[in-house]
Amino acid sequence: MPITEIVFYVFSLVMVSAGVAVITVRNPVYSALFLVLAFFSSAAIWLLLEAEFLAIVLILVYVGAVMVLFLFVVMMLDINLTPLKEGFIRYLPVGIVVAVLMAAELLLVIWSKGSFDQGAFPIPPPNPVGFSNTKALGELLFTNYLLAFEAAGVILLVAIIAAIALTLRKRVGEKRQNPAMQVRVQRDERVRLVKMDPEPRQGN
Amino acid sequence: MSETLWDQLIYIVILLLKIVAVVVPLILTVAYYTYMERKVIGYMQLRRGPNRIGPAGLFQPFADVLKLLLKEIVLPANANKFLFVLAPVLSLAPAFAAWVVIPFNDWMVIADIDAGLLYLLAMSSIGVYGLIIAGWASNSKYAFLGSIRSCAQMVSYEIAMGFALVGVLILSGSLNLTEIVLAQQGGLLDWFWLPLLPLFVVYIISGLAETNRAPFDVAEGESEIVAGFHVEYAGAAFAVFFLAEYANMILISALTAILFAGGWLSPFEGLWLVGDTFLGQGSIFWFLLKTVFFMYLFLWWRATYPRYRYDQIMRLGWKVFVPITMGWVLVAAVFSVFGLVVRGS
Repeated sequence: MPITEIVFYVFSLVMVSAGVAVITVRNPVYSALFLVLAFFSSAAIWLLLEAEFLAIVLILVYVGAVMVLFLFVVMMLDINLTPLKEGFIRYLPVGIVVAVLMAAELLLVIWSKGSFDQGAFPIPPPNPVGFSNTKALGELLFTNYLLAFEAAGVILLVAIIAAIALTLRKRVGEKRQNPAMQVRVQRDERVRLVKMDPEPRQGN
Repeated sequence: MSETLWDQLIYIVILLLKIVAVVVPLILTVAYYTYMERKVIGYMQLRRGPNRIGPAGLFQPFADVLKLLLKEIVLPANANKFLFVLAPVLSLAPAFAAWVVIPFNDWMVIADIDAGLLYLLAMSSIGVYGLIIAGWASNSKYAFLGSIRSCAQMVSYEIAMGFALVGVLILSGSLNLTEIVLAQQGGLLDWFWLPLLPLFVVYIISGLAETNRAPFDVAEGESEIVAGFHVEYAGAAFAVFFLAEYANMILISALTAILFAGGWLSPFEGLWLVGDTFLGQGSIFWFLLKTVFFMYLFLWWRATYPRYRYDQIMRLGWKVFVPITMGWVLVAAVFSVFGLVVRGS
């Protein structure tokens, strides 16, 4: 068995078990950390596919930014686990529908190829020496898929503005500081030197 | 089959030797960086700094390490034991792992990968996990406050840092660190610090904030939250956090040297008289000199500036640095398109 195959199976095993752990573990912080582990393993599998740009960006964006904020929120919330457990039966039908749909979609892809052997899904040929994944991806994004790429950018921008607009509210009685004013402050505005004669001695 | 296995084994052994050759000097540098810090800040404050152990206090770092290792590791009663022990490791591993892509000169690099810069960004963004987990697992309010502060701070400054790197990418046209250095050839004025001056300043200040160093060290603000995220850690576990913090500082210094100050290239390249001597040649000597210079800046700033207020840190990151970097990325693009900055000239 070549070493790449061993690596593939090890990381797949870790990824699948981490994925199962995400939904079975009781502690939500552990759940989030298992999701991080799953992301890591899938990044490693992408590296095996020579998709180093996607692998590193997965870690950079999902592990480095999204999951950090997730963890942040999960740690701050004092989640009571019992009501979460009660919802299990209630949401089970919806969950089953989603699971069946996803499985059906996967099966559809396999079915369209006829079978699940290596013949239907051949290993992609290795990239030539000096091939830059990043450059190839960039060229595709900014030529063939420019419109889709720009549209995605605009949608994200709208999402950012919407999120800010939804959470921004005027609060009464809040105190604000103007940093420009604070920086510009002069000594004379804050300190007053008073000339004082020494007091005459008290007592004896 | 045995032949290839043997080859693979030799390959792995050579790789491990290379890693040891980087990590051991790195740990020694961390040890003497703490000594340098205490000496430099000492003399800036008209004191002598450590001067008891060894000549001029030179063995002080070893005494410190020994003291830390001999101390008991205290596990707080209601701490999450597993995560509490895991956290220091999680903060140290990315700090060391990032060093594989650092080119010390034109051939001295462990992994000369194409997406080197992205890899570095990914590694520095993972570093925050150690801090968050440490704060949460300690089951202490001070530790948790410290970890929340540092987490928000690192996530915010990563954005400015990333944009500063985009400027470097535009001018060098590559994510590979060796090629980024080679794109700066031609002496002091051809390095990227000059065309990218605002980004250079933003990058180095974001680096300070990213490593939670003074004046951005609110994560461990002694006056408010005792010692922040590592308040519950003692002995060797604390030493690992310490090691990670200093390794990160050295990493940021080395990166600044590579991205903005020409890496191993000589500032006198092409000048008459010195251009042909050893001083005019690019070598690891120049790289180390530049790195030490930026390391010194970290200490200098610590001795000079008072700690920032937390809301002002956030304001600086989001409202000042992000717009500056976004604007200068456009300027860099103009430089690149109209050939005002030529690669490797």
